[in-house]
Amino acid sequence: MPFLDAIRLALQTIWVQKLKSFFTLLGVMIGVTFLIAVVSIVGGMSRYMSDELVGKIMAINSFEVRQRPNINIGDNSEEHQRELRRRPRIEEADVAPIVAALEPDIRYAAVGIGSLNAESKYQLKPKATRVFTVTPDYFDIKRMAPVKGRLFSPQEYEHGSNVIVIGQDVAKYYFNGLEPLGRELIVKGLPYTVVGVMETQGSAFGQSFDQFIVAPHTSPLNRLVNPHGLINSIIIQVPGQRSMVSTMENVREVMRIRHHLRPNQKDNFELQTSDSALEFWNKIKSYLVIAGVALPAIGLVVGAIVIMNIMLVAVAERTREIGIRKALGAKRRDIMSQFLVESATLSTLGAALGVATGFAFAKVISMLSPLPAAVELWSVLVGISIGAGVGVIAGVYPASRASRLDPITALRQE
Amino acid sequence: MSYETVEAPLGMTAERQAVVAEAGQAPGKDWVIVTRGIKREYDMGGEVVRALRGVDLAIMRNEYVAIMGPSGSGKSTLMNTIGCLDTPNAGEYWLNGQQVSTMTDDALARVRNKEIGFVFQTFNLLPRATALHNVELPLVYAGVSSDERKRRAREALTRVNLEDRMDHRPNELSGGQRQRVAIARALVNNPSILLADEPTGNLDSSTSEEIMRVFETLADQGQTVIMVTHEPDIAAHARRVVVLRDGVIASDDRKSSFVEKLGILAPTLK
Ligand SMILES: Nc1ncnc2c1ncn2[C@@H]1O[C@H](COP(=O)(O)OP(=O)(O)OP(=O)(O)O)[C@@H](O)[C@H]1O
Ligand SMILES: [Mg+2]
Repeated sequence: MPFLDAIRLALQTIWVQKLKSFFTLLGVMIGVTFLIAVVSIVGGMSRYMSDELVGKIMAINSFEVRQRPNINIGDNSEEHQRELRRRPRIEEADVAPIVAALEPDIRYAAVGIGSLNAESKYQLKPKATRVFTVTPDYFDIKRMAPVKGRLFSPQEYEHGSNVIVIGQDVAKYYFNGLEPLGRELIVKGLPYTVVGVMETQGSAFGQSFDQFIVAPHTSPLNRLVNPHGLINSIIIQVPGQRSMVSTMENVREVMRIRHHLRPNQKDNFELQTSDSALEFWNKIKSYLVIAGVALPAIGLVVGAIVIMNIMLVAVAERTREIGIRKALGAKRRDIMSQFLVESATLSTLGAALGVATGFAFAKVISMLSPLPAAVELWSVLVGISIGAGVGVIAGVYPASRASRLDPITALRQE
Repeated sequence: MSYETVEAPLGMTAERQAVVAEAGQAPGKDWVIVTRGIKREYDMGGEVVRALRGVDLAIMRNEYVAIMGPSGSGKSTLMNTIGCLDTPNAGEYWLNGQQVSTMTDDALARVRNKEIGFVFQTFNLLPRATALHNVELPLVYAGVSSDERKRRAREALTRVNLEDRMDHRPNELSGGQRQRVAIARALVNNPSILLADEPTGNLDSSTSEEIMRVFETLADQGQTVIMVTHEPDIAAHARRVVVLRDGVIASDDRKSSFVEKLGILAPTLK
């Protein structure tokens, strides 16, 4: 019998007993639902972690010299945290020796970060705001550009002028709808003129990245942000063609010497790359993927057993039909393929429904929680082919029993 | 007279005796069916039921043969064997010059599909399929294209006067109509023999008469027909009557002498 006829026949048979067919394919459907849901959620989280979270915090092709990592997806044990807190801070004095060890085409930015209360004439309620003091290459490395106004001029860096650029949230909060450019924010009694408003940086996990003020590292703000000559980090961006690893090794050497570390002592500073930030996530992800595959696998095994049993019942119920078909010239392989196609169609339908419900499930989860869900095309293909495969495997035994029935015995069946 | 011995059945012609006697030889091309000493035994848990105990039968193209005999005499077993649904334990079965007893499963399926049209007492239609689709089935397994299938199935249904019932399911048809669908299905592949095992067994007498006229017409058109029946007046439609008793052929004769023996007048046919 031609394949298309076989599928049409299978669909008819399935349609005649809608309810029974539905319960038969439920197992496969649930299995595939889980597969799709888990894959979409893990995929979504993964994309989120690398594109949104780490991508926003870390610049491209760069690493940061830090006291401790600022992306905390890793080991959270008390012991580890204590070790991190005991580390010495990064100092302004570290910048020059590190820069001296870099190739001339490598860019860097020293960054100070603090939280300060700012106010303005238009907004009397002060608010804690993140303040960055940065060296000139900072904006380039972070690919940050102003939507309004400008960045700092070399003279402003040199003289430590009272100028700032601000994030979208700051622009909204302090100026009561007025044009922020040229107006002032007041921090600890000193006025700072807004020269630029930066484009939006988005948000992650419900936390906005637009709540910031940036000033030159020479600004008076620097003393508030970096008391005692301590800074937050040094960002180093390595041009694509240069090896990041060897640059990191040079910087590591400089830092170890400055921290007087003996060869057997571990680093007491962090060289953070986007990979190192994602390391722990990747580990979690592999567990999630294993769980995401193992759970549906159980569902699919159960689904296969259900389908096999139902197909055995179908063969028993339709023995007479098989007898008639054989009497009319059906070969073994015709009967075999009829039942195989039927069970594969049933199971593929289950898988297709599972793909749909899996996506619905993932969508609902992404709507109810901050977890995003990403549709992975491969999971659809894998889900559907697994469905067909399960159907074929589950159908082999019943179908071969059907195909081996003796026509006379089958016809005599009531 | 003893039926246990292997002597020729009463009334068997010399010509038939000759072809049956040539063991191992392919019969000439006029012989559609030749069986030589066919045996079929069923092992029923130690007790052996001997349904056929050595059947010699030779049937030529265009013959119309009735098979009669008491219940349990082996008529259905013989029909199933001739129809390649059942395989004998011993003996030879030649169909159209080909030895069936040595064929593989697939080859038997092909023979059932191409050479044989089988009409059953219980119709054996697929209950969920329309009349048209039921008639199409043998063509499906013959690998005929969908359009061609529909055309030939319509043609076959028209031959049995069911052109206006093509889209009905079996449960929407009368017994006589169902049997006509079954006949159309048996004919659709232009088989070399049409087999019918008590085709009127489930029908009332007027419907039986109607079905018998269909077979009569087919036989007149040159179709080879073999039919099992219990009814002497139905057997009277045939031109040759084979009587089975205890798994062997008791007599094999022209209709007229058989009818005379039973003292029944052949019904006049319109
Ligand atoms: N599958 C089987 N298993 C065991 N015995 C069988 C089987 N089929 C037939 N028989 C036996 O073989 C003998 C012949 O049966 P068969 O059906 O050929 O008779 P029949 O002449 O068609 O009878 P009826 O007129 O009642 O239909 C019977 O004794 C029957 O019990
Ligand atoms: Mg019978």
